[in-house]
Amino acid sequence: MGHLAFFHRTPGHSPLRGKHRAPSLEQPQLTPGPEGPDDPRRRVPLRESSSAGPRLMGIVLLAPALAAVLAVSLYPVLRTLWLSLNDAGFSTGSHFTGTPNLSRLLGDDLFWNAWWRTVAFAFGTTLVETALGIGFALVLHQSFRGRGWARAAVLIPWAIPTVVTSRMFGWIFDGQSGVANYLLTRLHLTDGYINFLGDPHTALATIGLADIWKTTPFMALLVLAALQTVPKELGESAKIDGASPWCTFRSVTLPVIAPALLIAALIRVLDAFRVFDLPYVLTGGGPADSTETLSTFGYKTLFSGLELGYGSMIATAAFITEVLIAAGFAYYLSRRYRALEG
Amino acid sequence: MTAIPAPVPAAPAAIRARRRALTRRMLFRAAVTAVVLWSVAPFLWQLSTSFQRDRDLSSVTPHWLPVPGTLEHYRAVFTDYDFSKYLVNSVIVTVTATAIGLLLAALATYALARLPVPGKGVVLAVVLGLSMFPQISIVVPLYLVLNSLGLLDTYTGLSGSYVGLALPLMIFVLYAHFRSLPTQLDEAAAIDGAGLLRTLRSVILPLALPGIAAAGMLGFITNWNEFMLALAFTSSPEHQTVPVGIAGFQSQYFVPWGDMAAASVVVTLPLVLIVVLFQRRIVAGITSGAVKQ
Repeated sequence: MGHLAFFHRTPGHSPLRGKHRAPSLEQPQLTPGPEGPDDPRRRVPLRESSSAGPRLMGIVLLAPALAAVLAVSLYPVLRTLWLSLNDAGFSTGSHFTGTPNLSRLLGDDLFWNAWWRTVAFAFGTTLVETALGIGFALVLHQSFRGRGWARAAVLIPWAIPTVVTSRMFGWIFDGQSGVANYLLTRLHLTDGYINFLGDPHTALATIGLADIWKTTPFMALLVLAALQTVPKELGESAKIDGASPWCTFRSVTLPVIAPALLIAALIRVLDAFRVFDLPYVLTGGGPADSTETLSTFGYKTLFSGLELGYGSMIATAAFITEVLIAAGFAYYLSRRYRALEG
Repeated sequence: MTAIPAPVPAAPAAIRARRRALTRRMLFRAAVTAVVLWSVAPFLWQLSTSFQRDRDLSSVTPHWLPVPGTLEHYRAVFTDYDFSKYLVNSVIVTVTATAIGLLLAALATYALARLPVPGKGVVLAVVLGLSMFPQISIVVPLYLVLNSLGLLDTYTGLSGSYVGLALPLMIFVLYAHFRSLPTQLDEAAAIDGAGLLRTLRSVILPLALPGIAAAGMLGFITNWNEFMLALAFTSSPEHQTVPVGIAGFQSQYFVPWGDMAAASVVVTLPLVLIVVLFQRRIVAGITSGAVKQ
């Protein structure tokens, strides 16, 4: 079954093989990637594979890309970690101080508020996006006339630059001429005009809505890919047995797409946790810090406050949180599917 | 199952079934319409806004259609704001970064997918893991490096950073496609006396072209939309990209919604065209070949 094969591209997942094999829950195939390429069934039978030639060539071909990736991710993260233990400025140079930045961070209400807000934002938006994404995918999975156009339409929000999305939602939810205010008052859902982005009670939710609009397509596509791995026969036999559509979805479709769904949700949570563009452009973190996320807080500390050391500590906290979230998901996935297997 | 009033049990089963099918079809149509409307309405509103006069934009009742329309905002975008500069910058940075990235990704993926490289599973996992790093935790060290190299506020500095950033995504998209080609291809090429690079160039790359196109488009969109690094690394309109330009849109006296909308349309239209034309490829690319083609 070829769901979300980023993580586990073993040969059984190739679309061709998958077609002939009913995916079974006993083989959830969530084993991490490493065994894939060295799987004996798949070993590339190049004649030279025992000689050093192709191996060396492989390393040579791999090196530039690996160097580029390491240079823009691993090295900077490690240096950020180091900077967070320093008292540093852009022009003043830096000297090692140890943990003062850490104790300042742990005692900083601004940080903790931003941390909780970002966590809530990430999980809240992901929850809605997952639900909406499943709905969209179920619709787009049917065959109907103009499906290609519908799929293209759904992709549009995903392709639009986030900064542009920010401007769009800033205009739609403007407190004076925003079309959202007009529609809501016309439908008598609100009494007067709401300053959506200027009110601490509504600003974060409005940004969340913009994020949901922008990223639901991504979710829908991943769910769609997972849906295509559900064998048609399963649904049909459930129908013959008299199962309602909802019952079929819950008992047949959902279990098959669940692993893909969890991985897609993980990708979304990690991405939403970094949210920067939307609050930076729409509110700048305000009003009254109500939309300050870890990324905007860190960015301002770094580039406006010019506090390299403390800003790096905030960035490190963001990084560690992401690692913990990913580890949590991985732990849950492996436990759940090992239990199924055994 | 549908709410059929009690006094019509006499209705023949066929009619009831047909009615049910009709209801279901209408519900489905409604669902499709809702999905499409939700996705395109904000962009269409932006499009309409960009052609409306400022006084219509600030009126209490919104005008849905730009009648009478105006091109004033588009003129302002290209003359007052000199927006073509940002566009040129974005094109230069994005195209170079995507092209170089694609080349590196193709070489690396060939090695990972089809050559006996030791520890390739670890390499793949590391590359994927690195792509999850939050940008806030890499921005300062990159800034310091570019600063010491004298590459701040240059095309080279920004597109160099983008090369590494889009690589993981490209590698994962390409990996699925490279892996799906039968291994007999390499063997046949080897028997014909082709070296590894020759095999890559003449056999694998042409066959993996759909995957390369998908990786290229995804990389392009990622780089085109990137904001935080561009904001940090560029400081003059001579090198700033489109997202930085749009984020900096300001007018002294009022919020220039019409101008912003026009600028948004200008930078988004190419992406919308890509999406509409290559919907199938992009879907396959995002889902990394998991979709049957």
